[in-house]
Amino acid sequence: MRERFLTGYNDFVLPFVCGMLFVLAYCLIGMIRIIMQLPGEDRKRFFISLVTPKTLVKNIKDIFLKCLIHVDLWKRNKLLGYMHSSIAFGWFMLILVGHIEVFLYTSNLGAKALYYPIFFRYFVAETESTMKGSLIFFLMDFFLLVVLSGIALAIIKRVRSRLFGMRRTTNPSFTDLIGLYSLWSIFPLRLLAESFTADISGGSFLTKSLNYVFTEFLSNHANMLPAWWAYSCALGIFFFVLPFSRYMHIPTEILLIPLRNAGIRIVNARKGLAKAQVYSCPSCGLCIDACPMGVLKGNIRDTTVYLNRQIRRNNESRIEEISDKCLLCGKCTAVCPVGVEGDKLRIAQRSIRRYNFGPDYSNIDVQNEVRRCNKFVNGNNNSVSRPDSHKLLYFAGCMTALTPAIMQATESILKKSGTEYEVMDRDGGICCGRPMFMAGRLEEAREMVRKNTEIILGSGADTLLLSCPICYRIFREEYSLPGIRVIHHTEFMNELISEGKLKVRKGSTRYVFHDPCELGRGCGVYEQPRSVLSAAGELVEAAKNRRESICCGGSLGSLTLGFDKRKAMTENAVANLMSESPDEIVTACPLCQATFGRYSEIPVEDIATVIDRNSK
Amino acid sequence: MMDFGFKISPSSTINLDKVDLEKFTRLHEIEPDVYKCMACGSCSSTCPAGRFSGMSLRKVILDLQRGKEKEAVAMMKNCMLCGKCTMVCPRGINTRHLILSIYRIYAEDEK
Repeated sequence: MRERFLTGYNDFVLPFVCGMLFVLAYCLIGMIRIIMQLPGEDRKRFFISLVTPKTLVKNIKDIFLKCLIHVDLWKRNKLLGYMHSSIAFGWFMLILVGHIEVFLYTSNLGAKALYYPIFFRYFVAETESTMKGSLIFFLMDFFLLVVLSGIALAIIKRVRSRLFGMRRTTNPSFTDLIGLYSLWSIFPLRLLAESFTADISGGSFLTKSLNYVFTEFLSNHANMLPAWWAYSCALGIFFFVLPFSRYMHIPTEILLIPLRNAGIRIVNARKGLAKAQVYSCPSCGLCIDACPMGVLKGNIRDTTVYLNRQIRRNNESRIEEISDKCLLCGKCTAVCPVGVEGDKLRIAQRSIRRYNFGPDYSNIDVQNEVRRCNKFVNGNNNSVSRPDSHKLLYFAGCMTALTPAIMQATESILKKSGTEYEVMDRDGGICCGRPMFMAGRLEEAREMVRKNTEIILGSGADTLLLSCPICYRIFREEYSLPGIRVIHHTEFMNELISEGKLKVRKGSTRYVFHDPCELGRGCGVYEQPRSVLSAAGELVEAAKNRRESICCGGSLGSLTLGFDKRKAMTENAVANLMSESPDEIVTACPLCQATFGRYSEIPVEDIATVIDRNSK
Repeated sequence: MMDFGFKISPSSTINLDKVDLEKFTRLHEIEPDVYKCMACGSCSSTCPAGRFSGMSLRKVILDLQRGKEKEAVAMMKNCMLCGKCTMVCPRGINTRHLILSIYRIYAEDEK
């Protein structure tokens, strides 16, 4: 290649260069701020993870698969996946190959390196060295075509989002729209600009052909500069609105992935990881369709994508409204392609709320409780304990106390299997702390956690059985019980059945299993309840199940939703479970059971009562 | 306003109540449901904190209506926010939000 201009400069590169330098500076400062906002311990862990080979490889792999290829979107919908990966990966390859061609064909770059890879074709004339554009130029045109196809799909998606598997999409904000239109115009303008110079600088199947076909218009070199100016301006505008629009997710996600892989959790509601998550939100709106509150149209504006937008705008009253309303079912977290944790983000927002006073449990005498259930401590144990059997402590929890059938059934199963057990809260005990935790009052919740820990450790048990997934989640996440196995009753029954300690008769009833939010998405228990149920009858699946199961609507997560407003959600969740017309709805959460029982036409039971009825 | 040819005179009730209900009015603005409570006591009978401390949401609401803020605040400090009262309330009051609003409006070192 031969340079056309001695200076290698033209004024039209300015909008692009200014925009790019602005974005780079903004992202660099933003990245340093987020890392500095992390608690010292987390920051140290983050830096260590950056140099650990294992996480390093995982970071690179995740960034490639998630940011460029968008694998999660491919799994959801092929068209949606292609649209995103064609734009992201295609653009990345244009930049990469653009740099390669510049370094292959020019020397003495200097400051020209800033804009040559983008505007290369304007500044050079073709010589023999390009082999008539057979390789590099072909690749450039090919990836330009890929990006253009993605842009075409993006335009279609704005009108017909259902083709892409999305019922509702986000309402874009003003800056989002500017970013969107400038992004759409970048690539057609690039095609136009490169087609003008294709007869001088060379090109491939796309640019050169266009130059031949529209020879009257495109070989008029007087039109060349306006086209290059327009291309550069589109890039400049995109870069200038990027930090203030949803496109900020492109650079932020590159930071979020290593932060997540380092195992950092949200500590501050607005800083550090929370900030990285908020800015990583691409406003794709997948959480809108996922949200169980979406059955009522008025709640659409309270989904995670709008929470992120309001946090970016510091709109305190809306942040409070959105974060208090949420059921904390965690489905938005499960479907989010970038990994924004909508539920944890909301708990963090609740935790910065100011109260004049708060609970204080110092007057609760734990020793009294310990004495009541320390059956397994030596000297207090009258029965002959077999060495191989569990020393099991059963914590029923507040919600199970409202559905005593579950407690009876669980105790009956424990007796049938010959397990040695003690009930920790037969007449009600201290709450597990999860409801308080969900209300954002973390310190008060931890006080309850400490009290319960003391009772459990004092009981001498080696297994803690829970029949409520709400308790189960906080016991797994916040409690530290060395030497004690925490187990949910679905897992426990599954073990009893597979070990042959519990004989279950198989009936002909068709059961559908509802995955409770806290058990499924919260603790990742999906298989055990299904295997238990299929021992007792025929198991059918709901339309949306496992990770995508729909919250019953009774969740304690929501602070402001009254009973009247939850009815539509419950009915929607019941309809989802009825897709294969089962005889009975089975769940593993006392709260789900009570909620479904209110509106379901077929019986609703807990898995323990089903198994107890069908076993001997 | 339609003209009926006569007017309803303003109420001539003399309120001798000395209780300052300013905070309760504020609570009622945030939580209109607080007037729905019929003091049935379902919340108190299910309350797990009641076993340890005699906590009773029914009493708290009555106390607040009568201006006995000190007693109510002292009792509120035992709540575990477990949500059982919400589940059993026959009037469908969102008791958890009511309790959080009480924490926000009332203060501990009152008078």
